[in-house]
Amino acid sequence: MTAVRGGRVEARAARRARRYGTWYATEYRLRLMRAYGGTILAGTLANPLIYIFALGVGLATLVEQKTGPLSAGGHGYLAFVAPALLGIAALTVAMEESTYAVMAGFKWDQTFFAMNAAPLSPAQVASGNVVIVILRLLVGCSVYQVLLFAFGAVPSPWGWLTVLVAVLCGTAVAACLVAFSSSLEGEDSPLALVMRFVITPMMLFSGTFFPLANLPVFLQPIGWVSPLWHATELGRVLNYGAVEPAWLSVLHVAYLLALTAVGWLLAIRVTTSRLSR
Amino acid sequence: MFPGPVIVASDLRKTYGDSAAVDGISFEVAPGEAFGLLGPNGAGKSTTMRMLGAVSQRTGGDLRILGLDPDRSGPEIRAQLGVVPQSDNLDRELKVRDNLIVYGRYFGMSRKELGPRADALLEFAQLTDRAKARVDQLSGGMKRRLTIARALINDPRILLLDEPTTGLDPQARHVLWDRLFRLKEQGTTLVLTTHHMDEAEQLCDRLVVVDKGVIMAEGPPAELISRYSSREVLEVRFGSDNNAAVAARLGSIGERSEVLPDRVLIYTANGERELAAILAAGFAPITSLVRRSSLEDVFLRLTGRSLVE
Repeated sequence: MTAVRGGRVEARAARRARRYGTWYATEYRLRLMRAYGGTILAGTLANPLIYIFALGVGLATLVEQKTGPLSAGGHGYLAFVAPALLGIAALTVAMEESTYAVMAGFKWDQTFFAMNAAPLSPAQVASGNVVIVILRLLVGCSVYQVLLFAFGAVPSPWGWLTVLVAVLCGTAVAACLVAFSSSLEGEDSPLALVMRFVITPMMLFSGTFFPLANLPVFLQPIGWVSPLWHATELGRVLNYGAVEPAWLSVLHVAYLLALTAVGWLLAIRVTTSRLSR
Repeated sequence: MFPGPVIVASDLRKTYGDSAAVDGISFEVAPGEAFGLLGPNGAGKSTTMRMLGAVSQRTGGDLRILGLDPDRSGPEIRAQLGVVPQSDNLDRELKVRDNLIVYGRYFGMSRKELGPRADALLEFAQLTDRAKARVDQLSGGMKRRLTIARALINDPRILLLDEPTTGLDPQARHVLWDRLFRLKEQGTTLVLTTHHMDEAEQLCDRLVVVDKGVIMAEGPPAELISRYSSREVLEVRFGSDNNAAVAARLGSIGERSEVLPDRVLIYTANGERELAAILAAGFAPITSLVRRSSLEDVFLRLTGRSLVE
């Protein structure tokens, strides 16, 4: 019969898993992605174009009849919404990769249990789920920014940094979503609620398409807690030199970093308690 | 070979809140041994397996796998284990062969070494012609064999199997047993849970019967049968309404008797002799059957006949 016993690999296996386990978990998600690679590619290219046309060509002509913050200091409405569009795209990616895909690994296919039965630790499985989103964000947001640039929506050279801000925003949301999705043991309906009542309002009311100040005062706190508001405001400073106090810019970054850290740690905690029960 | 036992559990405990899933069990497994955990549903078998697999932390007692403490050396232990869980957690999105390749990556194996290894394992699992099929297209038995092949990707010292053949048809079970036998012949330590008594008798050198988180008995299958049951069992039926009444009048026939709703079991060294005695005494059973005592008799005696749900 065929020999199935090869050389002993365990010492090396444990050492490598301790060192590169997070990457192995990420690599697994990458491999799964190949199955829907076409959809991702189409979305990465088509979505930006649809938004840019609808807002930059359609809505802009209407908005730009008045002057004010919406004209982005003369650079036009598209330059005003560009950082918001980038942030919204980041949120969409976070939603696609951190909800049902994560639930499947715990509940439907239970592949995360299989990874943990191998040398990977629960923390590495959780981190892999976050890192995969970062990779997709880096690619997706860069492509988006190139298209925005082509349409003249990135007037300042600092505008390219908006990509990193959007990636950070998407990572913060993804980390929180991974933690939440990992905790779901029953049906997936809470996810639909989160999308409808958290993510979608966040996309609309974070000072994205109009300044937060246009909202009634009692609705403005939605913006302050929203990572998308922080990313969009900071993005406008970088994209066309919108004016805000320096401490506020620092606060934007600090808030996004803090949210990422909290979400990521929670994801590790939830994953650990679920896998090592 | 690893010197001394590859698994040592002493007073091993696992509690969830107030309830103890595993309530102080102790056993050892020698290298190359096929060791079985038998017990009804909820006995604590799967919980024990998860602790042996270095994924679930013990609440109390001590546990050493290959001389290591799973609380501290989880990855080092898991690198030397193969795990076949109760329900197949294969990647349904991936093709059969890719399932093996992906899993091998978790052990830090390179794609170059994984290719030939995956092909050898597919042949071992009799799945070579299915290499490019999707997991969804496999039968239950094939999925099980693929899960076992996947568990062998790292050439493990110990293979943990949680109810390996539950839900499979007899043909698929026999193919699987054959494969497990071959592994055993090659020196792989097998630890398996089951509630199929024939499986335990087929595969296990030694086993423990677990119930409600504690060990009820321990030993090789044949020894357990001779210790907890008789050599033979005579099963006689007198009709549902009469079984109890007749059994009361059978008196001292056999070493021990047990009245079930549908039949009377008489435990004895010689079933034919006891049957002759019953007939001579003027009783007329509707049907009678003499059989060898099995592990199932031991199991039911130790864990009771009432249904645990």
